[in-house]
Amino acid sequence: MTSSALSSGRPAEIRWHPLIVRYAPVIAIVLAIIAIWYVAAVLMNMGIVRSGFEREETPYTIADLISGTLSAERPLLPAPHQILQTFGEDVFGWPVTSPRSLVFHSWVTLSSTFIGFLLGAGFGIILAVLIVHVRTLQKSLLPWIICSQMVPILAVAPIVIVVLGSIGLRGLLPKALISAYLCFFPVTIGVVKGLSSPDPIQLDLMRTWSATAAQIFWKLRWPSSVPFLFASLKVSITISLIGAIVAELPTGAQAGIGARLLAGSYYGQTIQIWAALVAASLLAVGLIGLVDLAERWVGRAMGART
Amino acid sequence: MRAPDVATQVGPSAKRAEALAVSARGVSLTFQTADGEVEALSNVDLDIAAGDFVSFIGPSGCGKTTLLRVIADLEQPTAGTISVNGVTPEEARLHRHYGYIFQAAALYPWRTIERNVALPLEIMGYNAAQQRERVDRYLKLVNLSGFERKYPWQLSGGMQQRASIARALSFEPALLLMDEPFGALDEIVRDHLNEQLLRLWDQTRKTVVFVTHSIPEAVFLSTKIVVMSPRPGRIIDIIATEFPRDRTLEIRETPEFIRIAQRVRSGLRSGHSYDE
Repeated sequence: MTSSALSSGRPAEIRWHPLIVRYAPVIAIVLAIIAIWYVAAVLMNMGIVRSGFEREETPYTIADLISGTLSAERPLLPAPHQILQTFGEDVFGWPVTSPRSLVFHSWVTLSSTFIGFLLGAGFGIILAVLIVHVRTLQKSLLPWIICSQMVPILAVAPIVIVVLGSIGLRGLLPKALISAYLCFFPVTIGVVKGLSSPDPIQLDLMRTWSATAAQIFWKLRWPSSVPFLFASLKVSITISLIGAIVAELPTGAQAGIGARLLAGSYYGQTIQIWAALVAASLLAVGLIGLVDLAERWVGRAMGART
Repeated sequence: MRAPDVATQVGPSAKRAEALAVSARGVSLTFQTADGEVEALSNVDLDIAAGDFVSFIGPSGCGKTTLLRVIADLEQPTAGTISVNGVTPEEARLHRHYGYIFQAAALYPWRTIERNVALPLEIMGYNAAQQRERVDRYLKLVNLSGFERKYPWQLSGGMQQRASIARALSFEPALLLMDEPFGALDEIVRDHLNEQLLRLWDQTRKTVVFVTHSIPEAVFLSTKIVVMSPRPGRIIDIIATEFPRDRTLEIRETPEFIRIAQRVRSGLRSGHSYDE
C-alpha cells in the first residue's frame, strides 16, 4: 500500500493505476486505524472477559480470550465489526417509523437540526448586518455574543427546555432553539468579516456613483460576503447537529440520536452508543456535503474559477 | 463643451468659471495621523478648463492623488474653496458629473464584463434598454466587444483596465478623474492604452485629470502638466503643451517634447523631491 505512494518518485518502476495512486494513502490510513482499533478493543476488553471466565470458573485459552474480547455483549470498546453489524441492523432491520430504527431517530434529530440551522444562520446573518452597519452595536453587542458562547450549553439546555415547556413550547422547537443558539455564532463572525471585506477602492467607487446604503449592501457587501458565509455555514451546520443532539440529552427525549445515546449509556449498551455515533457522523458528512453542493452551485452562478 | 483654450497659467481666468471644469483656490488638507499632522496639500490654486487633459505629476507623497480625491469629494479640504463644473465637489458627485478610474480596475469578480460596465447604470436607475445600449457602445469604444460574457479573471490586466474605463464612461460624465490608471501595466500595454485614451479624449471632448509619476506619459498625454512636490504637497510648476489633439507616439522624438520633459524634470528636482 504505502510503497505505491512512494513509487511515483522512482524511475522505471511499475506504473500504478491513477485510482490506486489517489486512494492508496487514504485506504492505508483507514486500515491502520482499524488495526489499532482491534488491538485496543482486545486490550481494553481483556479484563472484563477474563473476570467473566474466572467467575464461571471455566478454563480458557488465549484464543478464547481474544475471541471473547471481540464479541462481548457489553464491551468497553466494541470492535468495528460489532458496530457495523449493530448499525446495519438498526438502520435496515426495522421499518423507518419504528422507534427501534436508527433512521427514525436520525430523522428526528435531523429535523430539529434543519430548523435550528435555518433559525441560527438567519439570526447570525441579521446580527452581522446590524453589527457592520450600526457602529454602536459593534461595541455593545459583540461582547454579549462572545459571552453567549462561553456558557456551557449542557447546563443551560435543561433550563431552556423547562422554561419553554412552561409556556407551552414542547417537542421540536425547544431543541431547534438550542441548536440555533449554538450555531449562529460562526455565521455572525464570518459574515461580519465578509461584509467588511470589500476593497476600499470598491467602496470609493460606490461613493463616486453616489450609491445608496441599500445599493452598496446588495450590490457590493452581500456578494463579497458569500465565500465567508459558506465557510461559516459549513462550521455552523455541524455545530447545529451537535446542538440538536445535546438538546436531546437533558430533556429525556424519547426520540433522536441524543435519546439513543442516553438510553445506550443507561443500559450499558456500548455498541448501540457507537452505532448512534456512526449515524451522527454520517449525518454530519451529509450535511456538510449539502452546504458544499450549494456553495458550488452559487460559485458557478457568481463566475468562480473552476 | 468648449474646445480647450490656452488659459495656461493659474490666474485671472476665474471670471469665466462656467467654462472651468475644476477651480481650486487656496486648497489645503491636513491629515491627523498617529505621528501628528501631515500636510498633504498646501495652498493649492488650480484652474482646469473644460476639455483640457491635465496631468498631476510628482513623487509619492506630493499630494497628487489627494488632490484628485478632493476633486472627487472622496476627501474634504481643511481650508480653501474648490468647485467642480461650477458646483461644490459634493454636488458634482451627487449629480454624477465625473467618472473615477483607480490604479486597480476593481471590477466585481462575480459580475461579467457587461454587468460590470452596467453597474453604475443600474445604480443610477437607467432602464434595461438604455443599459444594453450604453454597455455595447462603450465596450466597443474601448475595443472590448465580444468579451461581454467573460468574467474579469478571464481578461488580462490591460483589458480589465479598459473595462473599468468603459464603466466610468458608461454614464457619460463630463469629467474623467484617473488615478495612475496604467501604473500597474507593462510599458508596451501602457503605450497602447495611452494612445487609445488620447483618441477617446479627442472623440468624446471630455475633460481628463490624470495622475501619474511617469514624465513621458504626462508630457505625451497632457495639454497641461501640473508638477507637484511633497512635504508639504504643493504645486511648483504648471506647463502648457501645444501638441495637436490627435498626436501620436512619434511626438516623443521631437525637440519640443524633450524640452517639456526636461522642464518637468527640473521642476521635480527643484522641489527637492529626490533629495530625501
